[in-house]
This record gives sequence, structure tokens and C-alpha cells, in this order.
Amino acid sequence: MSTATLTAGDLIGRRRSPAQRVQHLLHGHPWVSPALILVVTVVVFSMINDRFAEPSVQSLLIQQVAIVAALAIGQTLIILTAGIDLSVGAVTILSMMVMAKLAADHGVPAPLALLVGLGLAVAAGALNGLLVTRVNLPPFIVTLGTLSIFTAVALIYTGGTSIQNNRLPGLLNWTGDRVSIGEFTVTTGVLVVLALYVVVGFALSQTSWGTHVYAVGDDRESARLSGVSPRRVLLSVYLVAGLIYGIAAWVLIGRAGAASPNAISDANLDSITAVVIGGTSLFGGRGGLIGTLLGALIVQSFTLGLSLAGVDDHYRLLAVGALVIVAVSADQWIRKARA
Amino acid sequence: MSVISKERNTVDAVPNVDNVLEARDMVKTFGNVVGLDGVDLELRRGEILAVIGDNGAGKSTLIKCLTGALVPDAGELRIDGERVDFKRPQDGRDAGIETVYQTLAVIPALDIASNLFLAREIRRKGLLGSVLRMVDTKAMRERAAQAVQELGIQTIQNMTQAVETLSGGQRQAVAVARAAAFGSKVIVLDEPTAALGVKESAHVLETIQQLRQRGLSVILISHNMPHVWQVADRIHVQRLGRRVGVLDPAVHTMSEGVAVMTGASTMDEIGPGGDG
Repeated sequence: MSTATLTAGDLIGRRRSPAQRVQHLLHGHPWVSPALILVVTVVVFSMINDRFAEPSVQSLLIQQVAIVAALAIGQTLIILTAGIDLSVGAVTILSMMVMAKLAADHGVPAPLALLVGLGLAVAAGALNGLLVTRVNLPPFIVTLGTLSIFTAVALIYTGGTSIQNNRLPGLLNWTGDRVSIGEFTVTTGVLVVLALYVVVGFALSQTSWGTHVYAVGDDRESARLSGVSPRRVLLSVYLVAGLIYGIAAWVLIGRAGAASPNAISDANLDSITAVVIGGTSLFGGRGGLIGTLLGALIVQSFTLGLSLAGVDDHYRLLAVGALVIVAVSADQWIRKARA
Repeated sequence: MSVISKERNTVDAVPNVDNVLEARDMVKTFGNVVGLDGVDLELRRGEILAVIGDNGAGKSTLIKCLTGALVPDAGELRIDGERVDFKRPQDGRDAGIETVYQTLAVIPALDIASNLFLAREIRRKGLLGSVLRMVDTKAMRERAAQAVQELGIQTIQNMTQAVETLSGGQRQAVAVARAAAFGSKVIVLDEPTAALGVKESAHVLETIQQLRQRGLSVILISHNMPHVWQVADRIHVQRLGRRVGVLDPAVHTMSEGVAVMTGASTMDEIGPGGDG
């Protein structure tokens, strides 16, 4: 140390290594690392196979990612509160099968069938939320239980049979309608999912509710002492997540061209993967929706890119698994950042 | 007959209007553990009342029952002579009582402005606020900067800094600034100097005196006898879940305080204070 007039504050300001600066940047902006990973992924796969960058392939990618991306919104909200939702797929399937069966087999008008399906998804979210906030069970256990319960109810209700889209009214199939934007072709379902991102993203970043979700997730007791009602916030999060799964169920009918009780069996883990790769911390209070969307796109780019490159799908699993470990390790490191 | 039982007998009937906050016979148990065993406390308008007591005497439990962080099993609480029943921290805040908890109750991941306005966010004007429920981030940052400045805290400049990036003293300052900005009647501070260095402690004590000058009433819980004797107007001594006496720092010495606190002496032995 050369001069005695140097204060500790100066030292902190000056002695920041490049690694610390990166750590600090990532700490403040958790979406930066998934954005970089996505750019690298797209560039690499485009170099391996130039078809990857074609609008038709990219359109397909966007259509394929829509369901997981939608479910991951609800999953993000719950993970932000330091919870986890294992019942994502089960709620979606139950909601979808009820919508489809009411319309196809019971002659219920399409708008009503849709509303009942959405309402059921909200009720499923309410059940999860009440068990978490009133019975004080850990979200992992609650949703592990309701995963089985909702799956069983859907199977019992439908007898395990699918309903093809030619038996469904136009409103329920509407999410499968194609929309062309320039050279890209997406579905109305994709636009619905994008709208969900905008609405929930706004609520998270611009309203008191959003701040309270982060506060409860980061430090529940401090949030309570500061005047936030953790129970109310948690319950609202599970309700909103339920509604999002209901909307995802509608989008899924359009995407799959049928309502099948055996669809999206990997949805639970895929949605968690997207959230984690997107930089949202499993410990709660940190992260956001931009990261989640990027995370979902990264996973889907791996899937599509590797299959275009002629690589066996098993290697995709390997790559995604490694990415999850890297993402969580990075989260641990980033959380240590200080001024 | 002890000082305490005399007071007990004259309780009730007319609430004393000089007291901004008055608690009577507060009881709080946790299973088989008795936290409060019938505590009385009076906080006079514009005074600094220190609460001292050994570990486990029920200091933190007492203040939590006064602010709504805990719901007492029995006892009554009056603010300005009016009976109140706090069910949650928000109720206490609504009544004009702000608390700086020992844990500070700040959210590490949120920035300073968001912490200051947590659960009291300012909404945007017009439809953006009323329909879209948008918060006015800019206004909250400006007012946060103002609140921090009013307390003369120079080390905090950037209101967009996450609280986890601050030092212990700075975090403490954020919690105190929040209480000072919103407390309209009573500010309760639980061990505000326990984690601080000499210079930072001096600053906090100065701030506490500033709060009194503004006409606020302050309850200060502390283990640090020199700090208590430096700023307190009266000293409530808590022992084994009860109040064993009220000391006058102008009359009683610190060693007398410690003796009463630990049960080595009683109030009868050391005599009443100047105004007691």
C-alpha cells in the first residue's frame, strides 16, 4: 500500500478483478448469462447446420417451446417464493381434459367449457396454495401429492382416452391457428403465451404485488415484519400459476391437435429446467421471467439443433443435464457477490 | 409492599393521557415457556424509554407484543388512551408505531428504496396507478434519498443499491430511516447498537435523540448500559417475564440497574427515582 490516505472504500472500488466484475454484473442482471448462452447456442448450431437459422426451423422451434415456456411462467412465480411446483403437468392435463370432454362428450358450449377448465386450474392452484399456507406443508410435498391426485382424476374422468381435435369446437382449437409474421409462421397459441409473458412480467416488475413476491421469497419473516402478508402473497402466486396452467392447457390443445391425458409427461421437469437455466434461484427472491423465456429457448434450441445435426436425442438429455448443473453452480457463485 | 404492587392496584379506570402507549398485564406463553408474565409498560409522550433485562427476560417478546409482531395471550394495550388489538405488524404500523427489529427485517435482494417503501409502495398517478397498479419507482427513490438524508447518513448515496451489498451499519441505517420516515407516534428499536462499531453506535444514539426532538416517543431495548444511561429518560427493567421496576438514569447508577436486572437488588432496596 503506497499512500496512507487511501481509504477502505477506495480499495473496494479499485481492487475488483475482472471475475468479480462479471460476478457483480450477473448478480444485478440474472438474465445476462442465459442470454449469452442462447446466443452461443444459436450461433454454434447455425454453423453446424445452416438450416437451423432458417425462418421455417425457427418458427418450428418457437411453436415447440410455447407450452413449456407457458408452464415455466407459473413455475417461475412459485420458485421465486422459494417453492417448487411438481404438479404443473398434472394441473394442465386435468384442465385440458375437462375442457375437451365437456365440449366433445357433454355438449357444453365451447366458451363455458373453456371457462370451467380455466376455473378448475385455478382451483387446483388454490388447493396447492392453501396446503402450503394454511397446513404449512412444504411446496415440494404438497405438489408431489397433488401431482398424483390430479393425474389420477384426469385418467379416471377420461378413462385414459384421448379426444381428437375434429371432435372439438373451434374455440378450443383456435390456439392452433397459424399466423404469419414476415417469413415466420407461428400459432395464435404462441401469441397467447407471449401476451402472458408481457402481463406477468409487468406485474412482477412494476407492481407492489411483484415486489412482495420477491420479498416473501427472499426473506419471509422480514417481509412479514415489514407489513407484507406472506400467506396472502403465496396464495395469490399459486392461484395465478393455476390460471397460467389453465391457459397453457388451451394452448396445448391447439399445439397437439388433440386432448390426450398422456401428453406432456416431461412438463414438470422441463419447466423447472427452463426456470433454473434462466437464472432464477431455487432459494427464492432472485431471477425473473426474461431469464425463464431464454431458458426455455435454450433447451429447445439444444433439442432442435442436435436433431438437425443428426445427433441422438439421448445426447440432448446429457447436454441439458450438464447445463442445469452449470446454471445452479453459477447461481451459487453469483449469490456471493457483494458491493 | 413493593413499588410494583402499588402501581398494579391503581391501574385501570382512567387511562393516563400523558402516555402515548400503555400496556397492562401483558401475558405471552410459548408452549410451557412463559415469555411475559403480566407486564405493564408506560411510554410517555416525547420520551426515550429504555428497556433493559438479562437474556430471556422477555424484552424482545414484550416489544413484539407492543408492535403487532406477536399477539399476546392476555393483557391490554392502549395508544393515546384508546384500546387497540394488533393482530399483525401492519396493524401496529397503521397506528403509528414503527419498529427497528434486531434482525432489521430488511429484504437483502431488494434495493434501498423498495425496502423503505415495502408494503407502502407509492403508486403512479392516474390510470397507470389506479388501473394498472403501477408503482412510482422514481418517486420512491427520491423520497428514500430524502429520508436517508434527513437522518444525516452520508454513506448511503445510491437508492438503487441492493441492501445485501451494504455494510452492517448501513443496513441498520436503512432500517432506522424507514422507521423514522413512517413512524408518526412511537419508534421501537431492538438492540440497535449491538452489531455496530463505536462510531456507528454514536451515530445511532444521535439519531435516537433526533427522533425525540421531532416529538416522537422512543422505546430502546439495549444490553449496553452506557448507551442506555446516555440517552434514556426512564429505564424499564424486565426480569423473568415481568417488570421489576422503572429507574431514573439521573438518580440511579448503572450498577444499581444491573443489580435490579439480575435480581441482586430490588427497587425497595435502591429507592425510587426522581419523579417516581
